[in-house]
This record gives sequence, C-alpha cells and structure tokens, in this order.
Amino acid sequence: MLNVEHLSVSFVTRMGVTQAVDDVSFSVRAGEITAIIGESGSGKSVACYSLLGLVPQPPGRIDGGRALFNGRDLLKLPERELRKVRGRDIAMIFQDPMTCLNPYMTIGKQLVEPLRYHRKVSRKAARQRAMELLDEVGIREPDKTFHNYPHEFSGGMRQRVMIAMALINEPRLLIADEPTTALDVTIQAQILQLLARLQKKRDIGIVLISHDLAVVADIADSIIVMQEGRVVERGDATAIFRAATHPYTHKLLAAIPRGSKPPRPASGEALLEVRNLCTQFGRGRHAVKAVDNVSFTIQRGETLGLVGESGSGKSTIGRSLLRLVEPDSGQVLFDGQDITALAPEALKRMRRRMQIIFQDPFASLNPRMTVFETLSEPLLLHGVADRGSVAGQVLSLMDAVGLARGFARKYPHEFSGGQRQRIAIGRALATRPEFIVADEPVSALDVTIQAQILELMGALGREYGLTMLFITHDLAVVRQLADRIVVLRRGAIVEQATTAELLTAPQDGYTRALLAATPGRGLRQTP
Amino acid sequence: MWRFITFRLLQAIPVILAVVTVTFFLIRMAPGGPFDGEKAVIPEVRAALEAQYQLDKPLVEQYTAYLGDLLSGDLGPSFKYPGRSVNELIAAGLPVTAELGLYALLVAVVIGGLAGVIAALRPNTAQDYLPMSVAMLGICMPSFLLGPILLLVFGIYLDWLPVSGWGDIPGDKLLPAITLGSTYAAYVARLSRAGMLEVLHQDYIRTARAKGLPEWQVVTRHALRGGLIPVVAFLGPAFAGLLSGSFVVETIFQIPGLGRFYVQAAFNRDYTMILGTTVFLSTLIVVFNLLSDSLAAWMNPRLRAQYASR
Amino acid sequence: MDFSEHPVLEAPEGRSLWDDAWQRLRRNRLAVFGLAVLGLFVLLALLTPWIAPYGYAEQNLDLGASPPSLQHWLGTDTFGRDLLTQILYGGRISLAVGFIATAVALCIGVLWGAIAGYVGGRVDAVMMRLVDILYALPFMIFIVLLMVVFGRNLLLLFLAIGAVEWLTMARIMRAQVQSLKQQEFVEAAMSLGLSPFTIIRRHLIPNALGPVIVYTTLTIPGVMLLEAFLSFLGLGVQPPQTSWGLLISYGAESMEEYPWLLLFPGLALTLTLFSLNFLGDGLRDALDVRGAGD
Repeated sequence: MLNVEHLSVSFVTRMGVTQAVDDVSFSVRAGEITAIIGESGSGKSVACYSLLGLVPQPPGRIDGGRALFNGRDLLKLPERELRKVRGRDIAMIFQDPMTCLNPYMTIGKQLVEPLRYHRKVSRKAARQRAMELLDEVGIREPDKTFHNYPHEFSGGMRQRVMIAMALINEPRLLIADEPTTALDVTIQAQILQLLARLQKKRDIGIVLISHDLAVVADIADSIIVMQEGRVVERGDATAIFRAATHPYTHKLLAAIPRGSKPPRPASGEALLEVRNLCTQFGRGRHAVKAVDNVSFTIQRGETLGLVGESGSGKSTIGRSLLRLVEPDSGQVLFDGQDITALAPEALKRMRRRMQIIFQDPFASLNPRMTVFETLSEPLLLHGVADRGSVAGQVLSLMDAVGLARGFARKYPHEFSGGQRQRIAIGRALATRPEFIVADEPVSALDVTIQAQILELMGALGREYGLTMLFITHDLAVVRQLADRIVVLRRGAIVEQATTAELLTAPQDGYTRALLAATPGRGLRQTP
Repeated sequence: MWRFITFRLLQAIPVILAVVTVTFFLIRMAPGGPFDGEKAVIPEVRAALEAQYQLDKPLVEQYTAYLGDLLSGDLGPSFKYPGRSVNELIAAGLPVTAELGLYALLVAVVIGGLAGVIAALRPNTAQDYLPMSVAMLGICMPSFLLGPILLLVFGIYLDWLPVSGWGDIPGDKLLPAITLGSTYAAYVARLSRAGMLEVLHQDYIRTARAKGLPEWQVVTRHALRGGLIPVVAFLGPAFAGLLSGSFVVETIFQIPGLGRFYVQAAFNRDYTMILGTTVFLSTLIVVFNLLSDSLAAWMNPRLRAQYASR
Repeated sequence: MDFSEHPVLEAPEGRSLWDDAWQRLRRNRLAVFGLAVLGLFVLLALLTPWIAPYGYAEQNLDLGASPPSLQHWLGTDTFGRDLLTQILYGGRISLAVGFIATAVALCIGVLWGAIAGYVGGRVDAVMMRLVDILYALPFMIFIVLLMVVFGRNLLLLFLAIGAVEWLTMARIMRAQVQSLKQQEFVEAAMSLGLSPFTIIRRHLIPNALGPVIVYTTLTIPGVMLLEAFLSFLGLGVQPPQTSWGLLISYGAESMEEYPWLLLFPGLALTLTLFSLNFLGDGLRDALDVRGAGD
C-alpha cells in the first residue's frame, strides 16, 4: 500500500547540514501493523512526517526518493493534492495527547473538522458519526463529552479522542508516533489493545513509531529498526525477536529487562524504617492525600523498588525520606534516628549519609556550574575533601561513574542525557552516602542508555555497599535491581514482596494488572 | 465567570479607595491652595470662600464628607469654575476624550494585530522584518515627537489635513488618532507576533495540519484564538496608557478633552476637580482592566473552568 | 571557587551559557549596532563638559535661531545657543534618569520578588497582592499630580519613576525564583545540605539573572520615555537644566519656523531608544528568555 524507496531528508541550519534520514526504504502492507523502532534522533519520525509534508521546509529538505501510496508519489504531489491525502487517506496520532488537541476548541468541533473539510458532510451527520466513533474508542456518554474541552479529559482519554479523530475519515493508513510514551503502563496497554482491535476491524495499515521494542512486541506484524537515519534491520516481528542479525538490534533486545534479581539473604538490620507516613497537599476542601499511612522497612544493603503510576505518591515518599517534603505525620527512622524530628544542624550532618538522584537529567544539574563545580560542592561542604585534595577526588569520582576526565570543566548543556545522569550519580555518591533514593533515574533516557545506567547503578551499589530506594513507574526496570518491591496506588501500599515472588505470584489485583500491562511480556519469558 | 467578575469587582474597591485617599491627602499636603492665584484676596473673603467649600473644617472630616458625596456620585463643585460642578465639567470633556481613545484603540488593534499576525506567519523573512521594524519605530517615537512631526509634514508642508480642532473640519480626527494609537499599535504588533509564534509551534497546530486543513484555516481556526489572548489581556493596560497619553495629544492638537482639564486643574490647585478627574479616570481604568482580563480568561476554556469553580 | 591553578585540571574549558549567549548576541547585527550606539552616547555624556563645542549657557542673541552650519553643526536655538551643546547636556540628564531610576527599580523589584518567591505562602500572598493593587493604580496620573503639586524636583522624579517600574521587575523575579525552586537541581542542593543563603547565592541568582538583565535593558528606554514625556508636559526637568524631552518640547513650539530644533533632539532620543530596544531584544534571544517583560 505504501512503498517508500530511497528516501533522504536533511536539515539545513547555520551549524551545517544534518542528514536526518539517509536512503531509507520500507513498505507498509494493508491490514498490517508495521513498527519503526529507533532512539531519539534516529530519524524515525522525520521519515514519516516528510511523507505527508509535515516537515517544515526550510530547515528540512527532501533530498530524494519516492513514496508511492496507492500508485501516487506523495513526495511529488502538489500541496493541494497532498492535503487531500492528509487526514483523509492517511491520518496521524502523536505522542503527547496533552498538547496535541487544541485547548481552545471543544473536542466535538475538533473531531468533525476533518470530516466536514474533506467529505463535505452535513453538520448533523458529522456529529452523528463523531459520537459513534467516540463510543467505539471507549469514551463514555459521547453526547455529553462532545461539548467538553480537552483539559477535562485524562491523558488516556485524550489519546482515545485523538484516535477517533484520526479514524473519522476511515483512512487507509494510520501513522502513530509514540502514541503511548506519555501514558502510564496500564493505560498504555489499553491504548495498544484498542489500536490493534480497530486495525483488525477496519483492515487498515498502521505505522507504529516507537523507541521501545517491548511496546510493539505484542502487536507488530513487521519491524523496521532505524539507527542514525538508516534502516539497519527489517523483517517479520517473530523473526526479528528470534534471530536478529544486526548488532544494534541485539543491543535493543538486550536492553529489555528480563528475569529477576536472585534473592539475597536478609541482613536482619533495618537501615531505614518508615512508619505511618502521611502527606497531603493543599488545605480544606481541596486537600489531596498524596501519601496515606505508608509503612515499610529497608534493610542495610538492600535495594527496595517502589512502583506506582503517576499520582501514586511515590515521589512524595522519596522526597519525604530526605525531608525535601515535610510529611504531615509519621516517622522516618534512619539508623534509629527520626529524620522528621531532626534539628537543622543534625539534619545537615545526616544529609551526608543519604542522597537522591532525580528523574530529569536536564533539570537536576545547575546549568551554570561546571561538572567540576557540581561535584566538588558536596565534597567541600561536608569536609570530605579540602581545597588541596578536592581535584583528585572529583576526578576519581568521574572515573567511577564513567565520565572522561577531560569533561571536568564542561557545562551540563554540553552533555547528552545519559552523561548528565552520570554526573548526577557522581554528585549523589560524592559524600559516600549509605543510602540513596533514585527517583525514576532512567525514565527520561533512551532504552540502550537506560540499560547502561541501570548497570552502572547496580555495580556502584555493590561496590559502595549502598542501600537504595528505587522509585519507578515501570515494574520491568526494577526487576534486575530490586531485592524487594513495594507497589503503591493512590498513596497507599497495595502489596509488598520479594521481587521474585511479586513477579511470579502477585497477590493483589492491581499488581496483577500492572504486570499484565507491562509491554513485551512474551519477550521476557524467552531467555 | 460571574463569580470571577464579582471577585475582581470586589478587588477593585480597595484600589479605588486607595486612589481617593492618596490623592486627597497628597493635594492637601502640597504647598499652595486654590485661592492663592487670585490677587490679594481679603482675609474675610478668603475665609468666606473656604467656609463655602468647607475647607475650614478638619481634614479628616472633609475626607469623610467627600467619601460620602462620592458614594452618591457627587464629585462636588469646581473651585475654579464657579457655579459648575465637577460632574458637569467631566461630562463635557469625556465624550471628546473617549472618542479619541476609541479611534486610537482601533488603530492599535487593527493595524497592530494585522501586522503582528502577518509577521508571525513568515518569521525571519522580509514579511517579518518590515512590519516589525516599523513597530519598533512606533515604540521609540513617542507621541509628543510623532505628533508634531505628523503635523509638520501633513498639516503644514503638504497641507493635506487640518492642524488642530476636533470635529470642526473633516479629517481633523485622523492625525490625533494615529498619533495616540501608534505606540500601542506597535506594542500590539509585537505581542501578537510573539503570541502567534508561540502558538504556531504548539503540537496541536501540527495536528491541524495533519488533518489536511489548508494553511489559512489552520491559522484562523486553530492559531488565532490562542495567539491573540495576550493582545486581549493588553487592552486594559493599553486603555490606561491611551487615557494618560491623551493629555499630550490633546495639547498638541488643541482638543478640548478631559486631559487638558486635568492638567489645568492640577496647576490651579482645583482640589475637587483634581480629585474628581483622578477618581473618575482610575475607575475607568480599573473597569477596563477588569474587562480585558475577563475577556482574556473567558477566551481560555481552562481558565474559564478554573474561575467558574472558584 | 577557582581551582584553575590546580595541576590536575588541565582539561579544556567548557563553554558556559554566558559564552553561548555572547556568541549569539554577537551574531545579531542589530543588537551589536545598539550596543555600539549606546556605548558612544554614554561616552559622549560622560565627556560632555570637555568636548562640548560651546558653553552650556553661552548665548548669542545677535545670531538667534540659525540652521545647521559649520560653526554650529546642528544649528542654534532662538537665544543663539548651540543645539549640539544643548543635546549633549540634555543627554546627560536623560541617560542619568534612565539609568538611575532603573537601578532604583531593579533594587526594589529584585529584592521584593526574590523574597516573595523564595519564602512563599502567606508572605508571598500579601506581598504580591500589594503589587497587584499598585499595578491597578493609574501611575501616570499620579506622577503628573506629584510633579505639579511638589514642583519639578529631579530626585522626586527618579523616585517616582523607579516606584512605578519596580512592579514588573518584582513579578519577573518572583516567577523566576518560583520556577527555579521547583527545578530538581535546587532540590539536589537542598539534599546536599547547603544553607538557604548558599542556595540563593550559588544556585538561584545566577540562573535568574538572564531575565533580569533583559528586562533591565528594556526598562531603561521606558523610563527615558517617561522622563521625556513629563519634561514635554513641562513637569520634568526644569531650566536651566535641560533634557531631550524638554528640548523636544521647545522644538515643537517653534517647529514651523525652525524645524531642526525639533528634529535633532527627537533623533537623539529615538536613536537611543532604538538602540536600547534592539539590545534588549537581542539579549532576550541570546539568553533565550521567553516573554520577559510582556
């Protein structure tokens, strides 16, 4: 149905010419889901956007190639003709449903727009059709929600609206660009199922763009792997999972966490004990209980995984342990001392022993301080080093987290996400703490980088004898790192067990749902 | 929405009260009085005059009395125009100033908005640079400089348009309106360009393009509303600026509006007239700020919902 | 902290965000032009007493108003005073008002905004409500009133203008501090155990500086305009002192006969405002500050 041949796209900027898509060919068959996999900057999105003329030119430039869709070359079509294809024969869904709907227009108006524009359908008929579709994608009471604005929907619901909007003209091809990346895992699973169901029913072609092999594993028919603007591997989904040929594909497959950490003997000594922690935000009528009577213990040397979806209160708990958030009630005992009751001086001394690593490597480093300044700050503050020895210590810290020494006087914006996260880990380790809170440390990173950082954290944990609280929304991420897992929902603990137990025999219904929603389950079981 | 407006109206009360209070005591603290200018007033006459206008009473008592009158809408008698009330004087000057302000606002919104949107559609091209350079000129060329220059060129050298007056000769309203409106047109142009650029980079614009809508529909249906919200929010402050700016334009073009009354009143220590105009203008500005804020909030469904639930 | 002398650190220096910004600014021709013009004007203002071709009060009543000539490059006014000299001395006042009043606004605004933003809670609510109320007051009317009532006093003018302009500065600073406070690097600094003072000094202020610099650059022309406006109304600077606003005002009175008296001071003012605005815009782009001052 769609045949892309030798497509090349580049971006021309003041800095020079960047080849974003380099001689890419692929085809999409009707009635199949074709997944394009690649990390950020691999050109996967640009390749698809350029087909529909959605890459702004300049700076974009299509250097060559053909894209035959039903016998016509999309790249040669004049803008008027291309517009008729766009939204009628080929529709799109984008990554972030929060920003992709016009906040100033009711969803009903936005829904009927493609239908009214392309097919000149009457207002009434368009409305009728829109309601049917809303119902089909699982929006309840379409006649009421028709007049609602996007902000009145949750992320998952907005993505359903986006899907309805894309399908309203019954297109032959749907391009979905990371449609579930911004969503929680359980919602992600629902959306993927919905897409697969709609695809079967209509027998249309879908191009599914994703950075995560696991996400597409369960629904893709064929897979194309892209790296640095080129296609490095293509083929049947089952064939690729069974016998990938390109080393990069192997790397991607290896980055999918599987198995679980072997259970370790309990040390019997509790380093950290959380008792009846409660935190609420806001007051009176608008008060929201972020953390609701949570208690757990972490043994010395243990890594505890704290798993929950957005809004489950997991980050608030992590911050409460370090008193970055003041809890309303409850105790946090660290080595026998109640953190919540410490005086400022004692708290400062305690901070040397417990540190935190944050999610966003772009926001967690002061943009106006060099690596050296960032790493030397805690060393000097806590008297771990003096002015004479600090340089040597900073450099050995950089060695430990795998940063080249030559980077010492560079600034954060000169680094990639993974490198920044290494700097942040170095800062947290500078004072040789006993306990570290890792708050989603890899969720902003590409999968192969994720695997590297997780490996680094595991190694450093063993080397430094660290006790760790690893906070994440993704059960898969902690399975190799955590000894035990606590599952959190709406501020309360629903289950805690050793990792192996939790993965094989979950007790709570929510845990089961989380496990079932984890993408690429089939992949993990095969060794 | 009504709750939001009520809330804002309640908020306006302390503002207006502050204006009245500060103005009242400020002019009383100032050296000189309303009857100083007249040559050698005999003490008895002066005392009689002061008694007539109740200036002999304690200051606080005068203040409360004024507040009481104000509540009933009475701004008191003018000191300098015997026999005429401040209400009458304002009523005489207001229509002229209001008309001038309205035309100027029209110039600002229509010309400025159009220029800004056009510039934003093709950023960093001639279509952007030309209107924006003119806008910058508008910002850097204050009305008291632009006015005389326009007068010199169109009124005197070319002799196309009349140089003064208001409503006497056809076309005499054109130069004042342009003079007063140009600075704000320039601001509106910059605001609407920035607003449109911001919106045109949003993801939902890409969604609209992916639907296959032609570019002009993408702009008019999807971009314009969000892009022009900052402009709407600016209308209140712009109106305040226009009112203050009308002093100068009314002086340059000899227009009998409120602004000229006001400056004269201040020079003459015409207490009630100063107070009256200050309070009146402040109220007008507060109300317009409220209107433009409400309109801007109403244009954003998210804020609308927020205020509705408040 | 400076460890650059330490032998271990021979690593090449990185490019700080300031370096990047400077590079971007240098590529912006209009901003460089603005900077150059501004530098020239400031230099001229500083050197005026030595370089002015005539004495400030020097009159030549026989000459009267004369158009530009070799003796008087920009002509003379009705008293036969050299216009170039007048503009140079007027520029001193205009620029001084611009810079000093902005400095006043900067000090009050940054401090007010930083405190409100950092402390937060009730203190913030009370402080910002006050700003809101002051914002709603028709300040232009008040300044006119102030000047009429208390006479034309230069110091009062500084204070009055500074008092108006600090409000926006406070709002910008508060917004900056508030958003920075939520950034994870500030939380990281807290969890390291740094004192609030050190956090403000090392982590907040350097990062809030960009928008403040940009807004300062854009406040100066606003202030100069205000001074010129007041002087034009006859409410600002008074003779024997002069300023560009006052010169424009005189020029406007006799523009039919002697248009150069209006044009040259007008040109000086417009050119300065142009330069400042271009520089401010350039800085805004270079520092990538979104929406400062709007």
